[in-house]
Amino acid sequence: MLKEYKTIYEVAGPLMLVKNVDGVKYDELGEIELADGSVRRCKVLEVEGSTALVQLFENAAGINVLSSKVRFLGRSLDLPVSIDMLGRVFDGVGRPIDGGPNIIPDRRLDINGLPMNPSARDYPSEFIQTGISAIDGLNTLVRGQKLPIFTCSGLPHAQLAAQIARQAKVRGGGESNFAVVFAAVGITFEEAEFFVSDFRRTGAIDRTVLFTNLANDPAIERISTPRMALTAAEYLAFDKGMHVLVIITDITNYAEALREVSAARKEVPGRRGYPGYLYTDLATMYERAGRQRGIEGSITMIPILTMPEDDKTHPIPDLTGYITEGQIILGRSLHRKGIYPPVDVMPSLSRLKDKGIGSGKTREDHADLMNQLFAAYSHGKEAKELAVILGEGALSEEDKAFAKFADLFEDTYVRQGEYENRTIEDTLQLGWDLLTIVPAKELKRIRDAYIEKYLQPLLAKKAEEAEAAGTARE
Amino acid sequence: MNQGTIVKVSGPLVIAEGLREANMFDVVRVSEKQLIGEILEVHGEKSSIQVYEETAGLGPGEPVFGTGVPLSVELGPGMIENIFDGIQRPLEEIKNAVGNSITRGVNMPALSRSKKWGFVPSVKPGDRVVGGDILGAVQETIVVSHKIMLPVGMSGTVVSVERGDFTIEQPIARIRSDSGETSDVAMLQRWPVRVGRPYKAKQIPAAPLITGQRTIDTLFPIAKGGNAAIPGPFGSGKTVTQHQLAKWADADIVIYVGCGERGNEMTDVLMEFPELKDPKTGESLMKRTVLIANTSDMPVAAREASIYTGITIAEYFRDMGYSVAIMADSTSRWAEALREMSGRLEEMPGEEGYPAYLASRIAQFYERAGRVECLGSDGRIGYLSAIGAVSPPGGDISEPVSQATLRIVKVFWGLDAALAYRRHFPAINWLTSYSLYDDTVGGWMRDNVAQDWPEIRLHVMRVLQEEAELNEIVRLVGVDALSHADRLTLEVARSIREDYLHQDSFHEIDTYTSHHKQYRLLKLILEFEERGKAALDAGADIKKLFALPARESIGRAKYVPEADVDASFDGISKELAGQIADLASKEDD
Repeated sequence: MLKEYKTIYEVAGPLMLVKNVDGVKYDELGEIELADGSVRRCKVLEVEGSTALVQLFENAAGINVLSSKVRFLGRSLDLPVSIDMLGRVFDGVGRPIDGGPNIIPDRRLDINGLPMNPSARDYPSEFIQTGISAIDGLNTLVRGQKLPIFTCSGLPHAQLAAQIARQAKVRGGGESNFAVVFAAVGITFEEAEFFVSDFRRTGAIDRTVLFTNLANDPAIERISTPRMALTAAEYLAFDKGMHVLVIITDITNYAEALREVSAARKEVPGRRGYPGYLYTDLATMYERAGRQRGIEGSITMIPILTMPEDDKTHPIPDLTGYITEGQIILGRSLHRKGIYPPVDVMPSLSRLKDKGIGSGKTREDHADLMNQLFAAYSHGKEAKELAVILGEGALSEEDKAFAKFADLFEDTYVRQGEYENRTIEDTLQLGWDLLTIVPAKELKRIRDAYIEKYLQPLLAKKAEEAEAAGTARE
Repeated sequence: MNQGTIVKVSGPLVIAEGLREANMFDVVRVSEKQLIGEILEVHGEKSSIQVYEETAGLGPGEPVFGTGVPLSVELGPGMIENIFDGIQRPLEEIKNAVGNSITRGVNMPALSRSKKWGFVPSVKPGDRVVGGDILGAVQETIVVSHKIMLPVGMSGTVVSVERGDFTIEQPIARIRSDSGETSDVAMLQRWPVRVGRPYKAKQIPAAPLITGQRTIDTLFPIAKGGNAAIPGPFGSGKTVTQHQLAKWADADIVIYVGCGERGNEMTDVLMEFPELKDPKTGESLMKRTVLIANTSDMPVAAREASIYTGITIAEYFRDMGYSVAIMADSTSRWAEALREMSGRLEEMPGEEGYPAYLASRIAQFYERAGRVECLGSDGRIGYLSAIGAVSPPGGDISEPVSQATLRIVKVFWGLDAALAYRRHFPAINWLTSYSLYDDTVGGWMRDNVAQDWPEIRLHVMRVLQEEAELNEIVRLVGVDALSHADRLTLEVARSIREDYLHQDSFHEIDTYTSHHKQYRLLKLILEFEERGKAALDAGADIKKLFALPARESIGRAKYVPEADVDASFDGISKELAGQIADLASKEDD
């Protein structure tokens, strides 16, 4: 029989002080029983002598210092997991809300997980084809990577994430071992429903585990939602050998919930009022992505976060960028030009791309071509800026060619349909086609052999066509 | 019995009562789980303890055991090629013992107790030895001869010394001190991490640490025994630069500390280094590397210790007379760990919540680098070069960690997000970076690489500076308004940037460039400038000059293998001279 305490002394925001407790441990899970019999959950944040400071996981409404009872369960917050979770919908703290039965647990796992031993990690190197050129060609995603999407309010990040979830596949790999874990953290019903209906339409719903904490659910639950999702993902990946894609949206809401708790505890704030441990806290989530040696499964993570005021140096995107293996940044100006997906390729980056591309993975010329496209696009953008100030006439022939390249690059390479699924060969071919616009001697980032093999035939063809057109005119 | 009781638990901070005999910074074992902690503060009866492992499940009333010793590392054969966590627990062994995740209370010695090492003595009975003297050596890996030194503080006469295979705990020699006591010496030593290992004298560093990275070696060199900082926003290539230095720096021993960074980065090192060949020895790079990994998901308190663990191991190898380089990625995460503990201790915060002692702690770390005359009677010289990455929030280096670091380090490699977006790597900004070793290293380069090296370097810096100024003008009036001489300067600067400073760390040849090749390559570019200027003065067409085919050869010259450098570069030089002469003669017609 667990001891029950009726010694709640103070409730303030998400925090509660319980006096005269005995044998309570740090990080222990507790339950609060209200006068009407309903039960809320909480965990111990600090214990000093016989006083415990606890953090509520749910709304504090209805808690009463006289009649509410607290009991401590002797374990930390855990999630019952089982393969039957696939196809089910849970709330932000892991209770089924789809009307189905409770999960009969195969295991119960601590939602905080354990740090992965760096010497047990396997380096992610398996190319994932998302069918999106701006990602596959330039910011390649690999299995076991954590690659966030940095977005701004009003951009089609949900469509992009759904497209990735829909199209992502490993070349030559079977599809059977694939699962999606989706965590909605403080987003609207409409946005969550968009994902659910997309998963339902493609049939992916049977391979999906959903955790939803919507905008009108208690903010405090959001702290555990992503951890629930990752715990389920870890089970599926490392116990069941599945390749799991985790989508968490929106991390900004999560960080705000964390700030709320920190402020309630009157901690010394770091930048912009976020707690000083925001980096560590985010890292303990993001680092759960990866692969382990000798285990088939993997966790690939795509967290989505909205940059407040479109500002990349805001603490949430900033600290995220320091932990994750790159970032896909969506840009408002591309979106205004009507380009989907509005991936701003210059500041976007996939840190693991170098291990996932090249001969045997994508194609031998991928790395050189990618570097050259970046360099040429950057050159073109500079030329265009110059043209804005000095007029088109001030540009050299070469600069004009690069300016044209930049426009076409955005228009044909970055732009694609929401349901257009390009193979990596298509993407590479598109890149080479674009490079025929700029002078060949400027292509310093590409090895001669590849220029010979991939570019020369295109140039020859182009010259032939030009000649043919010339003769026809005569 | 030195034992206390927990009264408070708050994250990694535990407060215990009754540890009266314990000293400040002593290691304690917390609860029956034997978690490792360190005493940070003593208030009367109460001691504040920072616990290096997850504290979930601890509560008041549980015991705390004093060990009476400060946080120390084990020093001896077995460190090279190994990977340790922030408090020197062997991660590979832990994986074998408890699986892929790190569980708590794993109690394991840092160095293998059962492995035997072949010890070859270099002293004989009757020799007089003092602390720091080399008693013999163990061939730890094919490239590292691990010198066994007499522990600091001991001295006397060698009574006996053994040759053969021993574990690190078995005695290998017996020493009689001057007062007549004899004691056994084993290969294993311990040293407290927060105390620098002693040396005889510190000296001014002079020779460069050769890194094979053109921007660094040419423009902003670091001296052997110097210290450097790499600040930069995320995505600007800090980690790649650190990895490049760890791979190619001409140090005998490399200590790589992954401090609060990504797990996959350590995996990358673990998997890639054994495959890479050291250009100097031809052996795998891993055979000279020690890794310390405290990734961002591992307990935060151990992150604070990881930097000290790393530098203590580095000092130990330095004391053998080696050139050691330590890379710490990232010191900002270490500072954040410091801030977190400071907050929990309820200390009055300084800037941005960092503790007031942040700057002095950073200075203490970097000051442990240097060129020293080691202890012992043979006067050997050891080098310890320290290179720290800094991750300033938003890339803004006005924040406290960057500023405190810049006050102490002598080399600043400022990474620039704008360069990184253009995929110019290494994204070291040539206008804001600096090296205070350029004078001393310049002298060395003059003697060892080329007589005119310092002048060439100065010239390159000037061209880059002029380019920045000219670009201001170009932005206003366009490039056509510039004089031919200025346009040539712009073109040369572009060549320096694209053909010289830009270096592809993933290209098998471009990843490392020797001093000789750096010199030849720079000379080629400057030759173009010199001949071009003469041709322009003689009335050559500037467009044709810029479009010479030889320039494309210069652009590709960095991909020429080291062995073919002289022949190939002579060819390019001839090609260039010929084409410019042609240009001039055509104009004459």
